Amino acid sequence: MKRLLSLDVNGETHEVAARQNHSLLEVLRYDLGLTGSKQGCDKGDCGACTVLVDGRPTLACTTLAAMVPPAARITTIEGLAGPAGLDPVQDAFDRCGALQCGFCQSGMMLSARALLDEDRDPSDAAIREALGGNLCRCTGYTQIFEAVKLAGAIERGEAPAYDPQPAAGYTVLGGRHRKADGHLKATGRAIYTDDITLPRMLHGKILRSPHAHAAIVSIDTAKAEALPGVAAVLTGEALPIKYGVIPWTMDEQALCTDRARFVGDEVAAVVAVDEETATRALALIDVEYDVQPPVMDPAASLEPGAPQIFPGRRKGNLTKRVKLEFGDVDAAIESAHAVIEGRYLFEGTAHAPIEPHCVVAEMDPRGILTVWSATQIPHYVHRTLSRVLELPADRIRVIQPALGGAFGGKSDPFGHEIVAAKLAMQLGRPVKFLLDREETFFTHRGRHPMHMQMTLAADAEGRLTALDSDILIDGGAYTSFGMITTYYSGQLLTAPTGYETYRFHSRRAFTTKPPCGPKRGHGSVQPRFAFEIQLDKMAHALGLDPIELRRRNDVGPDSQTVNGQQITSNGFLECLRVVEQASGWKTRYGKLPYGRGLGVAGSTYISGTAYPVYPNKMPQSGVQVRIDRSGRAHVMCGASDIGQGSDTMLALIVAEELGLLPDRVVVTSSDTDLSPVDLGAYSSRVTFMAGTACKQAASAIAARIREAVASELEVPSRQVACGNGRWFWTEDPEKGVTTAEAFVLAESAFGTVGATGGYQTDESLGGSYRGGTIGASPAYSFTAHVAEVEVDVESGFIRVHKIWAAHDCGFALNPQLVEGQIAGSVYMGWAEAVMEEQAFAYGGPNPGLLRGPNLLDYRIPTAVETPEIECFIVESQDPKGPYGAKEAGEGPLHPILPAIANAVYDAVGIRLDELPFHPAKVRAALAEKAAREAEQGA
Amino acid sequence: MLRIADTFVVERPRTVAAALALLDAHGDKARLVAGGTDILVNIKHGLHAPEVLVDLKAIDGLRVVDLEGDVFELGALVAIHDLARHPGVQAALPSLARAAGLIAGPQLRRMGTLGGNICLDTRCVYINQTHFWRDALGYCIKKDGTVCHVTKVGKKCVAAASNDTAPVLWTLGASVRLASPRGVRELALEDFYVNDGEKNTVLAPDEILTHVRVPRPAPTRRMAYQKLRVRDSIDYPMLNLALAFDLDGGVVSNLDVVVSAVAARPRRVKRLPEGPLSAALIDEAAALAHKQVRPLTNINGDVAWRREMVPVLLRRAFAEALGEEAAA
Repeated sequence: MKRLLSLDVNGETHEVAARQNHSLLEVLRYDLGLTGSKQGCDKGDCGACTVLVDGRPTLACTTLAAMVPPAARITTIEGLAGPAGLDPVQDAFDRCGALQCGFCQSGMMLSARALLDEDRDPSDAAIREALGGNLCRCTGYTQIFEAVKLAGAIERGEAPAYDPQPAAGYTVLGGRHRKADGHLKATGRAIYTDDITLPRMLHGKILRSPHAHAAIVSIDTAKAEALPGVAAVLTGEALPIKYGVIPWTMDEQALCTDRARFVGDEVAAVVAVDEETATRALALIDVEYDVQPPVMDPAASLEPGAPQIFPGRRKGNLTKRVKLEFGDVDAAIESAHAVIEGRYLFEGTAHAPIEPHCVVAEMDPRGILTVWSATQIPHYVHRTLSRVLELPADRIRVIQPALGGAFGGKSDPFGHEIVAAKLAMQLGRPVKFLLDREETFFTHRGRHPMHMQMTLAADAEGRLTALDSDILIDGGAYTSFGMITTYYSGQLLTAPTGYETYRFHSRRAFTTKPPCGPKRGHGSVQPRFAFEIQLDKMAHALGLDPIELRRRNDVGPDSQTVNGQQITSNGFLECLRVVEQASGWKTRYGKLPYGRGLGVAGSTYISGTAYPVYPNKMPQSGVQVRIDRSGRAHVMCGASDIGQGSDTMLALIVAEELGLLPDRVVVTSSDTDLSPVDLGAYSSRVTFMAGTACKQAASAIAARIREAVASELEVPSRQVACGNGRWFWTEDPEKGVTTAEAFVLAESAFGTVGATGGYQTDESLGGSYRGGTIGASPAYSFTAHVAEVEVDVESGFIRVHKIWAAHDCGFALNPQLVEGQIAGSVYMGWAEAVMEEQAFAYGGPNPGLLRGPNLLDYRIPTAVETPEIECFIVESQDPKGPYGAKEAGEGPLHPILPAIANAVYDAVGIRLDELPFHPAKVRAALAEKAAREAEQGA
Repeated sequence: MLRIADTFVVERPRTVAAALALLDAHGDKARLVAGGTDILVNIKHGLHAPEVLVDLKAIDGLRVVDLEGDVFELGALVAIHDLARHPGVQAALPSLARAAGLIAGPQLRRMGTLGGNICLDTRCVYINQTHFWRDALGYCIKKDGTVCHVTKVGKKCVAAASNDTAPVLWTLGASVRLASPRGVRELALEDFYVNDGEKNTVLAPDEILTHVRVPRPAPTRRMAYQKLRVRDSIDYPMLNLALAFDLDGGVVSNLDVVVSAVAARPRRVKRLPEGPLSAALIDEAAALAHKQVRPLTNINGDVAWRREMVPVLLRRAFAEALGEEAAA
């Protein structure tokens, strides 16, 4: 029943007829159009929906609109800015780079506002506590803390003026700039997929398998179709064509027809006038299942006689096997001075972006399908829709709206995207599917569980002579990127610490679990964990400092790894030096009191894959830039800004090249109609590739402007430079014109001015063996971390006090964004080390049932317990990267997990070889150590 | 988005009497709601389908914090946040202020109420899940099913009392005032909870918890609250422990320890020692607590580890209660 409510929102009285069961969030978002308040977890666990009610932070998702007193004053993010401009909190969040994906930040900023209303100079502890109910998945909270402090300083009149401070030799680059989309995210005006409402839009829900493994005997949709309000029910027969992100392993179907392969696999879909009706209709679909035995363990999956997940598949349950050997490993181990053997386990983890998956699809009267999706790969979605829907690609437009976090979890084409498109085509009406939090966990593509065995050999001088690695990968139900994962589990391990011979044998097995995929640091976070602990064990065996062992085996710049990867710039030694110094390593490692310890680890990661996912000769990234006589420039690129700031990167490069202030550059990205193709935000490729393409386009335009300005000033064109809104003569900078005048000169001289740029595959990269191109990258980033931990030996909790993280990103185009990537990576890896775990069943009767697929049971850390993270940027100036830049978004995640494990060893002398480090495991290891010592003592 | 099912109307009575009349009129089809932080999520999970939600928040007089008399009076609608930050409560009932400050996160502490926390439904890994999840599980004895997946054999629900305030109030000798059409009754908190996870209180369907009454602690009373959780915000307890004792002339007496987030009813540790404060006394109490408290798999977290943490929390509670005295 609806009731007429009177709500005071942002100082205005709204009369709205709302259903009694509707939350304040639903009324704000869908009735009043105030979409700045976000829905992340469904049920009060994440804080993205935080609004102020009479100044008190309140979760709108668990507040019934009908329970809000008429006199209560509601403030949403839209009401925070006044006529004078941004609220200091909004301004500070924008200035500090705290707005990455921005999805959680409306709520975060309102919590910060409430805190500052109580205390304009809050302590660090008060800030952490006040933000403790707002989960952020991007930032590691570090820049948020800075922003709250800055906001307080602004209000107290003590804040320094905004001054980005570009790097020497640049007028823009290297400065700590605001983000191109910061003002939108600060004010709640950035439009995410679920913020889109179209006329006559229908809402869909997906029926999912309750069984981990079942053959589908029949599906009867008649009762659901007859429910008033239901527009259509869809089953997989309408979508028989298989797809998958990797062209050689297409094994997914939008809706299952023959078999469901995990609890949550998609079986049918309903669209109806609203979500409630669609949900009711799901219960009316009768599916007859022939339940099959689940396969929950990758080793069991590969046993002869194991239940077949894809019956008739030639390789059975084995997705992929890779076996590569470089040099004579057995001989090297045989003759080694020291050999370390270890077994390691990485349980899976989820990306858990705060924004759930969402898609809106519409077919227009011309027959053109438009799909807005929370994706990080619009181009692959475009290709997949064309394939599965059998619709020419020129009839499809894919748009990625603002994206609320991804981390690799939105880098597959998904069934819900295809289903929404199909239904929009069929019905001629817009269709939206908003997945709930649980469905987002089922959709998964999270980090693969890996069972790893490694043998590491060294000579007496501490030179590493061999690594032998055997890895069994639990893939879940489909391949996704699994073929690449299998290679990456071995191919990315050969730097920065090298060895003379190498063998790896990796196998990926299907299991009846939600499919795994690429999570930040795809395929290599797990073996990196194992390897860096192996190094620590080796250092102890040899009596060497772990940093020294890494120094002795550093592959160095301009080198080739044992598996044929070409390393160009390499700042790893500098990273090590920085964290060694900052942490006081030399005086503190091995010398801290019992319970406290330091640990070190290093890593490398790719800056894009050398080759595109589907073989072609076209640019991997395309950019188009045009200038406008008003003095603005427009850059268009298919690259996906997923919060990491790629739009900002493009804007800054254009501003640098054309002498503009950054806010004079307009960015249009990730819209297949409006922007040239970029393959997407994965493999840490965007800055390197789109940045290169952007530089190429912008500098081509700059050359024409320079020529026109030189002609006007009657000076040689090589003596014309630009910056800060002017083009001028270098011999007398007073002599010059504004950028707008310069653009007019260029347009007058050459006609309409625009240019394109593209990043072309460098076909010289990679090893000359089968699979040698996988893991090949035009540049590699390097990272070193030191972690300081305290082990609470009574409870088993590991408290990480401080993390020093040094990352070689080549050159920081915007250090603030780089630090945001470092801190966010460190946070995410730390969380995987100490608390996160994809686990099943609890011991209940359904073994395939994901444990608590929600943000209360799957715990992602809050602002309160997140460690202090200090970021250091190392700049090795990559010869091929744009202005020397390379990746920063994934590399800095890797070392933190083994660094913590190694620090725990320094603290209490136990080895934690299995993730995550639950306190129960720590206690068990301590007890085992005590028993061992007692035995040795006796 | 997981929606709240469209089964109910919201009523906003202005008085306790009006609220009671609504309960009387609608019987078990009505449910009370104050902060809504527990019940609305449970409704989303399909655990309840009320026809009437009686919103208590418009009732005046239930937000009282009266610390004047020999018995303190706390209204059921006092927000958790306000309880935690109340200087008088912090001074007179530090363990209660601390427990309140450790509940959930800042927003939920502003929304949630003392009465709501006392009446918090029991929790279990098998029950606080969506309808889809519980269907895929095959349901459980608390709702829609016949089996308990924790005990496997038992016919009784063992979902855990997860309120932070309950064990504290228990050690403070608190009672709750319950209003119904039959009048007002006052029950010791100890008698308010029963060991049945399906419904772990004796609150009748037509009753409303209006006030909590706490005897003014003697100046000799020491108290503490410890909570085991993974994150330092948001999380429900994986185990919690409240402790209170008199310390007079270095002698401990009337030691009271209540442990919760274990079973449906908070558990009081029995046969606790008295005597001069000493490490031995604390060790004895810790050993007794460890012996008597056996966590179940109803809550996430290794069961054996949670049991090991009982004496750890007890020792830490002693240290917390003694504060600077411990150092001396």
